[in-house]
Amino acid sequence: MADVKINKDTPWQEMTPGGDIYEAGNSVCFKTGDWRSVKPVFIPEKCKQCGLCFPVCPDNAIPVGKDQKRTDFNYDYCKGCGVCAKTCPFGAIEMKEI
Amino acid sequence: MAYNVKEIVANKPARFTAGHRMCAGCGAPPVARMIMRALKEEDHAVVSNATGCMEVSTCIYPYTSWTTSYIHTAFECAAATCSGAEAAYKAMKRQGKLPEDKHTKFITFGGDGGTYDIGIQSLSGAMERGHDMTYVCYDNGAYMNTGIQRSSATPRFADTTTSPAGDVIPGKMQSRKDLTEIMASHHLPYVAQTIGVNNFKDLYEKAEKAIYTEGPTFLNVLAPCPRGWGYPTDMLMQINKLAIDTCYWPLYEVVDGKYKITYKPAKKLPIEEFLKPQRRFKHMFKPGNEWMIEAFQEEVDKRWQELLDLEEITNKNND
Repeated sequence: MADVKINKDTPWQEMTPGGDIYEAGNSVCFKTGDWRSVKPVFIPEKCKQCGLCFPVCPDNAIPVGKDQKRTDFNYDYCKGCGVCAKTCPFGAIEMKEI
Repeated sequence: MAYNVKEIVANKPARFTAGHRMCAGCGAPPVARMIMRALKEEDHAVVSNATGCMEVSTCIYPYTSWTTSYIHTAFECAAATCSGAEAAYKAMKRQGKLPEDKHTKFITFGGDGGTYDIGIQSLSGAMERGHDMTYVCYDNGAYMNTGIQRSSATPRFADTTTSPAGDVIPGKMQSRKDLTEIMASHHLPYVAQTIGVNNFKDLYEKAEKAIYTEGPTFLNVLAPCPRGWGYPTDMLMQINKLAIDTCYWPLYEVVDGKYKITYKPAKKLPIEEFLKPQRRFKHMFKPGNEWMIEAFQEEVDKRWQELLDLEEITNKNND
């Protein structure tokens, strides 16, 4: 997705009328990963692909492929809340200080 | 088709992307995402969103986290906006300006402040007029967005910034409003109370039913707030589980006036289990405040019993 051109230095003349946003889902250009103070670490050997962590992530930071299997975290967005680690019944996610 | 969380997450678009500015560990985004996944892939959706946490943090100009049509509307008129959009689409179809075979679903999201308090008259109106829409209230039990002020969804004794627990008052002095019951009293085709727990089956199935039931439907979803409730951010799913196991948040649905409780805990836990991890109830565990826990438990038991009775009464004629 192309970068969002409007920023805090944009003069009002160049902003969209009415504050409309023309591109859907462009918040992916805004990386929230720098909020994180602890980091989840995925341990693939322990993961049984049970699917319990897929829906709990508030930030959609657990990528799930078409093969219905998860891969490593998307640290661009993970805010480090730890909900996934606490949900995992197999200890396949560990929270680490950074 | 049996519910399969892996299949759904892998194949259905979330329609609610990453990069939003909700707090870490917020209970609302997983709920919103699962509800949006309940839509059929080919269907278009129009989402109207009352002011609240979800609106202010998913639509910070010039960014949006929504990939469907989305209207930000004021606190008091989310349901009215959605009903207007629904009526407009209907009219445009009638005039041939929109193709007949293209389906659009209308969903409104509102927080408990925007639903229980400020938006209730427009919600009641939209439901009564019979628009084909689904209203989803994500209930986090206070005005979290503006700094944890009490709402009519805040439970009794909760410590908020406008009901501070101390020597003068024991936290919020009034009991919480039962909005799901109010909506059931509108005699809607589908009303449900749900939560995101385990593999989100309950939430997904109720959302699917609500969205694809013709006419006005209502969903009330508990969405814990780590900041406002005062529990560690990683405990979201545990808090949700305790809410249903203590019967603080019973899961049920009302289909054409018939109640069905969709989860009855095998062992109903004492309410302390739910209250203990939360800082907003901390004062209830101080010596001399045992009466608060007793009063809370009494209220939960009373409401749970009422629900059991309602289920029995409304299903009586069927046997």
